Amino acid sequence: MTPSESGSTGGGPANSTPSSGAPLHTSRLVRIDDTQPPPDADCVLSSRIRLARNLLGFHFVNKASPPMLADVVHRVQSARLGGPFTGGVRWVNVQATAAGDRLLLFERNLISRPFVEAQHPRGVAISSDETASVMVNEEDHLRLQMLAPGLQLVPLAERMFALDAELEHALEFAFHPRFGYLTACPTNVGTGMRISAMLHLPALRLLEELDKVQRAAKDLHLAVRGFHGEGTDALGDFFQVSNQVTLGRSEHDIVEEFSSVIVPRFIAYERAARKALLERDAASLDDRIYRALGILRTCRLLTLDEAIKFLSRLRLGASTGRLTEVPLALIDRLLLEVQPAHLSRATGCELGEDRAARAEFVRRSLR
Amino acid sequence: MQRLCDCCSNPATVHETLVENGVKTEVHLCAEHAVERGLIVPGPHGPALVVAKLLQGQVPARRAVKTCPTCGSSMQAIREAGLAGCPLCYRHFDEELGALITRAQGGASVHVGRHPAHAAELVDRAALRNKLARELREAVSREEYERAAKIRDRLQALGGQASDAFAEIDTSAAEEGGALP
Repeated sequence: MTPSESGSTGGGPANSTPSSGAPLHTSRLVRIDDTQPPPDADCVLSSRIRLARNLLGFHFVNKASPPMLADVVHRVQSARLGGPFTGGVRWVNVQATAAGDRLLLFERNLISRPFVEAQHPRGVAISSDETASVMVNEEDHLRLQMLAPGLQLVPLAERMFALDAELEHALEFAFHPRFGYLTACPTNVGTGMRISAMLHLPALRLLEELDKVQRAAKDLHLAVRGFHGEGTDALGDFFQVSNQVTLGRSEHDIVEEFSSVIVPRFIAYERAARKALLERDAASLDDRIYRALGILRTCRLLTLDEAIKFLSRLRLGASTGRLTEVPLALIDRLLLEVQPAHLSRATGCELGEDRAARAEFVRRSLR
Repeated sequence: MQRLCDCCSNPATVHETLVENGVKTEVHLCAEHAVERGLIVPGPHGPALVVAKLLQGQVPARRAVKTCPTCGSSMQAIREAGLAGCPLCYRHFDEELGALITRAQGGASVHVGRHPAHAAELVDRAALRNKLARELREAVSREEYERAAKIRDRLQALGGQASDAFAEIDTSAAEEGGALP
């Protein structure tokens, strides 16, 4: 069953197309328009903004009864979702969706890991271009999320605040004059906003200078996480950095500093490391990149960790101009498609670690 | 690791364990908050004084655990889960959650930024209250007592604490048939 086939959670959503039946685009996630390279895509895979909101008059998700949670889903579905959702919205009843499809949504960063595994009534609205989603009944009643390729936090924030303002017409959010927007976890109050960038830092790892990133993150009160955000490991030199302070600073100031000062600092570290690697021993770097290409083009068994690791090397090659035969867009697409649920969807293999199917899929893609 | 006071960020020096209906609850307080809650008495004290107080019936043998009347969460349950139970927990545990939030947010304690349209008046009123409170402190420190009295009257007319303003939102939600039982 595809997520779309699981249908709406009911309640007559204002502008949804729950039964459109169109499958999710398996090639889409971090790169929407292949003709326009996203800003700073050499070092930034994607940018994300998330807002946490809760409805006044309801217990938080961890304390609410199933009927109350179903009521929350119904109310959010009945609200008009503007902004990125005006082109169409797909509502997925996550509770009634098969495990493989839930995992597919997770791999596409449209829902979180806890949302995949929860048991209570919950749903997610996904915009037709898959750049926006609203998880209903994750840790908070609403988790609004926007994704874009490369470093594009300022335009993302504008779209997010437009969506937030529109939702306010239909839903009354819990707010406190001193604590700001109230969230289930007290450390998220205030703006309720988390912004993050998925950084690709292969040269810093090769030069064993990742402690520079860790130190800077600590000084700047940032969290550093893995490939799929909170609670996940770093894979293939990808690191997600996000803000931790949500109170005492305006959304605008947080976005501005993160976008104009913090992320550019990490990008500068990585670019300096790439330059140093090339100046020091370009042949070794090329060897590393082309060996990865050789393995991916000829292997017969491929684990997910290996796939991400070697694709990360190809990405370093493509973004430094050392590898021209594999475009960056293809590498970014493969980073998504080698993951278990996508691989299962594309090849028909069983959901799980199918090394042979992954190897064949990658070989075919890089032919 | 040094435990911190449940009500503020000072080290806890008074620890109390309550068992009620088989449920164990721990309370950790600094000296100031322990005095405030009647767990210890200020000034010279010792076992003899405690016995005397007990004999006079001034020390309650058991104390009820404070819980949110809306969702039933206690502060200890919130600490253990890392999650509040409902928006009103922030009102009922205003002081305790305020201290916890300030620690987690690197010292910040007041929201700056966007707010829902329905809260605009409350935000304005809270800002005015903060401004008047600042002016009141200044007036007192300069010994301008007549001016201080006028500011105090304006503050009282505004309705006291910021948390009272929050109560207004809650009431309106309940009147509109909010989903809370």
